Amino acid sequence: MAQSISRYDHRPHGATDEDAVGAFAFPEGTATIKRRVTLTEFASEPWYEKQDMSVRGKAEIVGIYEHPTRKADDQSVSQLHAEVAHGALADAGLSKVDIDGYFCAGDAPGLGPLSMVEYLGLRVRHVDSTDIGGSSPLLHVAQAAEAIAAGRCSVALVTLAGRPRAEGMATGTAPRVYGAGAPDIPFELPFAPTGIGMYAMCAMRHRYQYGTTAEQLAWIKVAASQHAQHNPHAMLRELVSVDDVVNSPIIADPLRRLDCCVITDGGGAVIVAAPEIARDLRRPRVRVIGAGAAPKHLSGGSFDITVSGAAWSGPAAFAEAGVKPADIDYVSIYDSFTITVLIQLEDLGFCEKGAGGRFVADGNLISGVGRLPFNTDGGGLCNNHPANRGGMTKIVEAVRQLRGEAHPAVQVPDCRLALANGIGGSLATRHGSATLILERV
Amino acid sequence: MAVLDRKPTASPEVSPETREFWKAAAAGRLLVKHCPDCRRNHYYPRTVCPHCFGAHTQWLESTGRGTIYSFTVMRRAKEPYALAYVTLDEGVTMMTNVQGCEPEAIAVGMRVAVRFVATPEGPPVPMFVLETSAEAQP
Repeated sequence: MAQSISRYDHRPHGATDEDAVGAFAFPEGTATIKRRVTLTEFASEPWYEKQDMSVRGKAEIVGIYEHPTRKADDQSVSQLHAEVAHGALADAGLSKVDIDGYFCAGDAPGLGPLSMVEYLGLRVRHVDSTDIGGSSPLLHVAQAAEAIAAGRCSVALVTLAGRPRAEGMATGTAPRVYGAGAPDIPFELPFAPTGIGMYAMCAMRHRYQYGTTAEQLAWIKVAASQHAQHNPHAMLRELVSVDDVVNSPIIADPLRRLDCCVITDGGGAVIVAAPEIARDLRRPRVRVIGAGAAPKHLSGGSFDITVSGAAWSGPAAFAEAGVKPADIDYVSIYDSFTITVLIQLEDLGFCEKGAGGRFVADGNLISGVGRLPFNTDGGGLCNNHPANRGGMTKIVEAVRQLRGEAHPAVQVPDCRLALANGIGGSLATRHGSATLILERV
Repeated sequence: MAVLDRKPTASPEVSPETREFWKAAAAGRLLVKHCPDCRRNHYYPRTVCPHCFGAHTQWLESTGRGTIYSFTVMRRAKEPYALAYVTLDEGVTMMTNVQGCEPEAIAVGMRVAVRFVATPEGPPVPMFVLETSAEAQP
């Protein structure tokens, strides 16, 4: 194979993709390669299909599990990883010895996959631990599909687990450092950048540029609560109104308490397998047909915080899948805060940039009511945001929808195509966006 | 609400790469990096230009004036403070705190001027005050 495509697209460092939002220019370098070939262009080349570099249809999600706990006082983090792995294997109808690939991110204790494969007693021939924050599991599914397509493994386990609630972690309201020695720390930490503070600045700028209102953002929480009322495991099952959200205590202008996701313990797991294995499992089948990932950062101090990496990961995934936003029946959208959802929906092309406020208003995200049902488990906003990483539960609910196994009150009729998107890290500084497009077989 | 006057609790760690920046900060001057190869400025400062990878970056003294790109007020903090991004007149946007005014006085697009605020164990860090405040007058 002469060329390969990195799923981890580094376009934000250099050339812009005309398919993406062109609202601002990324820094330009002295390019040696005069014209960067984008994944969108790759996908339209006849030789792309011939060389078969796409992950489209190469792997299926055969097992899913979401831990029912929301507070794990009596479980260790590694134990939670084991419990979710156990649950996903049972769901798939597979056993531990079938697993030959393992994926985890920074939530796994110790030396990532090495500590975990030992603890779990796995004998695998492929491991990966790329960490792009809470969106890591979405990227891991894509990487598992690539590994399966390349013959490096045939049944891959992806786990995520943590217990920030039991540990009393101030997830959003205290400054967080991701790894000592990062070059940005001296220029940021003295100013006490908190999780919610950074997302609040995105919301403030979005309001300034596009007139997005607190009521419009509130509709995202309202939709999540409409769904969470049917989920017996959801941390917040009580219905909330737009008034409830806009009258909840202000934490960081313009974001209020009810604009935030929950802090929960637990986790989840998925099992990705080759189609020939999926065929024999007698479970409803869900295949990966498109994936994209993109890091976005502050570009040397020249940036637009109303745009997320989904402006690049989304078009790449749609191109690979050969579908458009209008074809999608259900979306799982990373919902650390209400503003996170709004910005991703714009960047993924479900509405124009800046029109997110109008798009999410009036129940448009509520299953059975609006045009684009989202996070029908209640999402991170009401149900679960285990380990402060919402990516795994996004995949799990998308698979439930495609299998027809969501709660009947929120099940999307004849759900055929689903998109799951994650934003890991911080929307207002550096983050990784990962997009997955899944199809019912 | 009271006038914002947060004192940093975290001190910047000085590295060989950023020593000049912090030395200037201690003298009340704000530096950014300029790259003569691509003629662009960047922040936070690096030796190698993050725009073009040019290896000849130079220090450039900022006027210390800029515009609020975005901000938020951390209302529930023990002592509320304004987290902000300020776009300097040199074209780079930096994370900072806005100080010396009531939270309600701050808006996106307002003009601000730098002032340096002491840290517990390191050099002072660049924060900003509204240009209309007495402190900002040259």
